[in-house]
Amino acid sequence: MIEPLLRTDRLVKRFGGLVATDTVSIDVRPGEIHALIGPNGAGKTTLVGQLTGNLAPDAGTIHFAGRDVTRLPTHARVRLGLARSFQITSVLREFTALENVALAVQAHAGHSFRFLADVRRDETLRAPARQGLEAVGLGARADTLASVLSHGEQRQLEIAMALAGDPKLLLLDEPMAGMGAEESQRMIGFLQALKGKRAMLLIEHDMDAVFQLADRITVLVYGRAIASGTPDEIRANAEVRQAYLGDETAEVA
Amino acid sequence: MDYLLIQMLNGVQLGLLMFLLAAGLTLTFGIMDLVNLAHGSLYMMGAYLAWTLIGWTDSFVLGAILALPATFLLGVAVEAVVMRRLYARDHLDQVLATFGLILFFNELVRAVWGPAGKSIAVPAFLSYTVEILPGVLYPAYRFAIIVVGILVALLLAWLVAHTRLGMLIRAGASNRRMIAALGVNIELLFSLVFGLGAVFAGLAGLMAAPISSVKIGMGDDILILALVIIVIGGIGSIKGAFVAAMVVGQIDIVGRAFLPDFLKTFMAPAAASSAAPAISQVLVYVLMAGVLVWRPTGLFGQRT
Amino acid sequence: MSHRLPTVHEMAAAIILLARASRMIEWLSSPRTIVAAILVLLLAVLPLLTQAFDQRYLLSIGTRIVIWSIAAISLNMILGYGGLVSFGHAVFFGIGGYAVGILSASGLQSGWLQWPVAIAASVLWAALVGALSLRTRGVYFIMITLAFAQLVYYVSAGLEAYGADDGLNISRSRFPGLIDLRDKASFYWLCFVLLLGTLWFCSRFANSRFGFVIRGAKSNDQRMMALGFPVFRYRLAAFTLSGAFGGLAGILLANEGAYVSPAMMSWVKSGDLIVIVVLGGMGTLFGPLYGTIAFFVLEESLKPLLDLVHKGWGEYWQIVFGPMLVLIALYAKGGIDSLLGPRHEGRRHD
Repeated sequence: MIEPLLRTDRLVKRFGGLVATDTVSIDVRPGEIHALIGPNGAGKTTLVGQLTGNLAPDAGTIHFAGRDVTRLPTHARVRLGLARSFQITSVLREFTALENVALAVQAHAGHSFRFLADVRRDETLRAPARQGLEAVGLGARADTLASVLSHGEQRQLEIAMALAGDPKLLLLDEPMAGMGAEESQRMIGFLQALKGKRAMLLIEHDMDAVFQLADRITVLVYGRAIASGTPDEIRANAEVRQAYLGDETAEVA
Repeated sequence: MDYLLIQMLNGVQLGLLMFLLAAGLTLTFGIMDLVNLAHGSLYMMGAYLAWTLIGWTDSFVLGAILALPATFLLGVAVEAVVMRRLYARDHLDQVLATFGLILFFNELVRAVWGPAGKSIAVPAFLSYTVEILPGVLYPAYRFAIIVVGILVALLLAWLVAHTRLGMLIRAGASNRRMIAALGVNIELLFSLVFGLGAVFAGLAGLMAAPISSVKIGMGDDILILALVIIVIGGIGSIKGAFVAAMVVGQIDIVGRAFLPDFLKTFMAPAAASSAAPAISQVLVYVLMAGVLVWRPTGLFGQRT
Repeated sequence: MSHRLPTVHEMAAAIILLARASRMIEWLSSPRTIVAAILVLLLAVLPLLTQAFDQRYLLSIGTRIVIWSIAAISLNMILGYGGLVSFGHAVFFGIGGYAVGILSASGLQSGWLQWPVAIAASVLWAALVGALSLRTRGVYFIMITLAFAQLVYYVSAGLEAYGADDGLNISRSRFPGLIDLRDKASFYWLCFVLLLGTLWFCSRFANSRFGFVIRGAKSNDQRMMALGFPVFRYRLAAFTLSGAFGGLAGILLANEGAYVSPAMMSWVKSGDLIVIVVLGGMGTLFGPLYGTIAFFVLEESLKPLLDLVHKGWGEYWQIVFGPMLVLIALYAKGGIDSLLGPRHEGRRHD
């Protein structure tokens, strides 16, 4: 049995009377893609918030890379290797694509209390940043301001930024959101190629993508994980079919 | 004991005046997301307009009653000319533009009314003292401020809780897009709310006039206190503004009244009486800092 | 020795060299560089000019422009680059000034003592205010910085021993054998050198790792945190740094007039500093300098101009200046610096 990279133990988050995360225990093993699916309002965003450190759980623990990170702030979790991409594209619009990735590299290159040396000539940041851009296919757009990149390119930039720190786990919050069919297919190909090298927790509405990519799937409904298993198991699970997939199973299968 | 009671009443009276100012401010903050530093200018304009109108009509009540629609119109005009263009802007633009408005109004007053302060006499029918408790006398005018202040606070509470305008205000404070979706004429609503805020500010200014004096920049210091109040109370919350105004009023007045005696126990008397107002001011800011550390969006603010 | 054709490598090297030279020439001949250079040169020789034309009054305005520029640059570090609308920056005029004033009144005249103490006081206060205020955002941040500045204002107004509201006449800091601050020209040059130092630091800061974190956090602080930056810590450091330079301006201001008073740090002065930074161009190196000059020139020229229109109107120059601020806020956000051409050289906007 491989020790999981990320593990939550009976995580609970309440907002007033609403239980948004109801004793959720999930884990992600090294190198696997674990997909989290569920209808809108199932509590996916709340769960992601707790994993990244934006929300504090009311009960339960989160372990990452062998450490209890339940009370660690966001930036400290990132340092440990838990990177994320955002559901809504979130790049630094006033910076070039290269500078965006260079900042991501910088975040992992020790502290940034350096006041005098010019980062624009700092090859220890720019060289890996350039590589990162090449890897996601944005090499030619390095000096373009992020704000003028197309939507698809911004999503690619997001991934490049998330990968820059060589994270152990990628938390992908709807990476395909707002993408056209062709762009989606390219992203799927890219994630497919990453598979095995990085663990990923994938939150995605696009069922084609989920069933193509995931090693395991967890289904979240009303804050509860109602099922967890391989794509085939999830397809076959009666409770899931009833609660969530409904007629869609026919399409996916 | 009597002295304490009188000082506490003074604190209530100051608190109510500040609440009137803060109420308009917190509404424009909450609904329009507008940082309006020039709100204190409306307070000042209310006092100056009242001074002129009382002079013309030779009657405090008539002058005061006429000054209210005048500040309303002024508020609506300021909203239409400047504020409307600021709603969609960031806070820095709003700070800058309304800071410019303060300079404009202060200078306008100097040009029109001259640099010297004006005074408004306490109206004859209120220039006596009432015996609030056996042996405890309190000026009727200050008592009247408390009564008017409470009435206006009740009116506002009713307005917000029970009218369509209030419903829109409450909806707006929590979700601007929602009121747009309701098909409400936003421009009219904002204009109305701003005018209403101007009336409250003007009312506070003219009521304060007989106690302090009517002078240039009179709105600026109290504006900062009003800002502190809405930050403590939570931006957009009328209830928060009321609670915070009452607390700040007590700290300010009671601090001024009792700190000197306390300080004299270990300071020279002259130094004690000059340090006391400073310290009571400082207490207000310390309170604000404490509240913000404890609850970064104020006592009754919406947490985001 | 026979002539040979240059190799491909040599040609490439030559082309790169040419390109560098042409970029250098482009930079040297850009209006932004020329204007800044002329301005710095003019400021460098200002005491000579004012002496030649016998305009002592202009030297005192020039000194105040230089001092205010230092303060504006320090505010620009957090406001312009960091997007933090601090509405209490003039408090550092007061803290720097009063530290000098109180020591001076206690008989401690040495600048070697006064100045470090004043800077340390500014740094401590900035760290405290920053630690509390940077936990809040938006309007709350604006208000809490304003309120803390007011707090110091009221404390200074309550200092009976140091003149309370009326302020305090002080004697200037002494640097025996080094410089006599009572000499107007020497004092001006000292301020000018300190301005150059501040400009130099700011130019390095803006493009350093630290500066990029601060600018990144202005652009999107949530993103910066998700990248792994403890944004709060960096902002606190920037706020403190900014306070240190603000305190320096306060020291100089106290020495300029040999006088400190609560009015130095009234909230209107904090507003003026914001106006200056926006007017000059937020997040630009020379913007605060342009803004300060424009602010003082406007103040000094609007009065006589209005008096020309109608005798006596000059006194009311703020009636014109106030609406000008409104117009600047609404329509001229890039500030004076943006008149000198687009920024972000070498970045594509396609």
